[in-house]
Amino acid sequence: MSILTDDERETAAGGRGEGAGMAMRIVAEAARLMGAPRLIPIASAHIDGALYHGDSGTLFAEALTAGGARTAVPSTLNVGALDLTGCSRVNLPPHQRDMARRMMRAYEAMGCAPTWTCAPYQAGHRPAVGTDVAWGESNAVAFCNSVLGARTNRYGDFLDIACAVSARAPDYGLHRPENRRATVVVDVSGLSAALRASETLYPVLGTWYGLTLGSAIGVIEGLQGFASEDRLKALGAAAASAGGVALFHVAGVTPEAPDAATACGGKEALARAERIVLDGATLRGALARLSTAVGDRVDAIAVGSPHLSLDEMDALERLLAGRRTTRPLYACTGRHVVRALEASGRRAALEAQGVTIVADTCVVVTPILPDIGNGAVLMTNSGKFAHYAPGNTGYAVQYGSLADCVESAVAGRLIREDAAWA
Amino acid sequence: MGVNDGQRAEILLPGAGEGDVLALTHPISFWGGVDPRTGNIIDARHPQRGECVAGRVLALPGTIGSSSASAVLLELVHAGKAPAAILMTEPDAILLLGLVVAREMGWATPPALRMPLEAQRALPARVRVGPDGAVTPA
Repeated sequence: MSILTDDERETAAGGRGEGAGMAMRIVAEAARLMGAPRLIPIASAHIDGALYHGDSGTLFAEALTAGGARTAVPSTLNVGALDLTGCSRVNLPPHQRDMARRMMRAYEAMGCAPTWTCAPYQAGHRPAVGTDVAWGESNAVAFCNSVLGARTNRYGDFLDIACAVSARAPDYGLHRPENRRATVVVDVSGLSAALRASETLYPVLGTWYGLTLGSAIGVIEGLQGFASEDRLKALGAAAASAGGVALFHVAGVTPEAPDAATACGGKEALARAERIVLDGATLRGALARLSTAVGDRVDAIAVGSPHLSLDEMDALERLLAGRRTTRPLYACTGRHVVRALEASGRRAALEAQGVTIVADTCVVVTPILPDIGNGAVLMTNSGKFAHYAPGNTGYAVQYGSLADCVESAVAGRLIREDAAWA
Repeated sequence: MGVNDGQRAEILLPGAGEGDVLALTHPISFWGGVDPRTGNIIDARHPQRGECVAGRVLALPGTIGSSSASAVLLELVHAGKAPAAILMTEPDAILLLGLVVAREMGWATPPALRMPLEAQRALPARVRVGPDGAVTPA
């Protein structure tokens, strides 16, 4: 194993405990399979591996803890399969519930921070520009690379915790500056200012971007003054679920793209880049793909993928304006937001209006939505929920803005204001 | 060079196995595409839907990368429903990590070898994969 230094080789041989040895061997094997010449130190990790898919993942986590494995860098946890805060009810059978709980506890026992959120970057985990890190979960990876400018590949199950314990990652892919340059320019400056100022654009733009660019790296021009952090979060999440996007640049907004030329690696590279000018008609095609249901039936509403920020929770509360929903409205968020809501007494008020707060998990990764059977329709403002809900929950989907979601939840049927797309 | 001449493939993860060949005609995502409890292909859009990967020499023309593919493969190994061997055109580290972890857990793991598409298409109905990477008719 010439990939490893002497020190790393000693760890892999079990010199610092069997758990640390197992973690180092897994990272080294991943590096060999990816063709990485060496390992590099990392500053932090975000771990997606604590979501229960079956007993073997729990047994792996417990083998690490039994071997004394501890995270060696600050590490946050993505969602699990249970809501440990008790805000919402998860309908898992007893055996799965027990194994999911054991898995979550094992990751906490290794020293991971119990953040249980897919928006760790809004719960205080924000590595500096240019830092190498090992993050999992597709939206978190896209945000970390694109908006924070830290460097990570898509670290999947098992490799994420192995990197966190060994404080190492294979040196390849997006850790290398030359692999982070844009080769495609996406010009959206022809879209109306009203559309660019509307939150409903960003999941749709992200869906189009993911479908069109796949794993190519693009730089978007024309969003200066429009792209807030929550909008970039929605764009990246939709792009990552539609097309495996791990990094995108926004000219004048994201840290590696003061302008399009810099994002491409120079004026000549910019001239060579493919250029796509996006128009409203093309985007309306992506908009249509997000909804799979027809008619005005709505059985439940889900928002918060990625998890709602406190700002987004404020917006939900403002739009509800004291009214009661006639359909269940699930608001998925992290316990960092729940704490803030509880401190101000707003959680109880929201629940009294018919909102179910879902913390530590979300409605497409574990059974929370009511089992209505054939024909059930979920409304959402999330491109990611729209992508995964049909396969994972059996619900057909209607996509709309947050305001549309709230109005539909109150009315008990689909209400959608399409003016921004005209 | 065909398998009937005694082909030797590049070893990605070592081991030995024998089984009936299941050569997929389209790439597959293990997560959402293969049932981790049974090994049945469940992706509604996949041409080999309804086939079972358990105990087969599985030839993959490509994988679609969900980062939970490794979890599905680990679960298949744990449930005794893993393929007898995996042949792939390019190493997919996310999928193969499931075998790396299974080996760390002390569970018996199938070998994984690199094999180009033309060689996959020319495989006989049943093959044996040797510890040296030799793929021979069985």
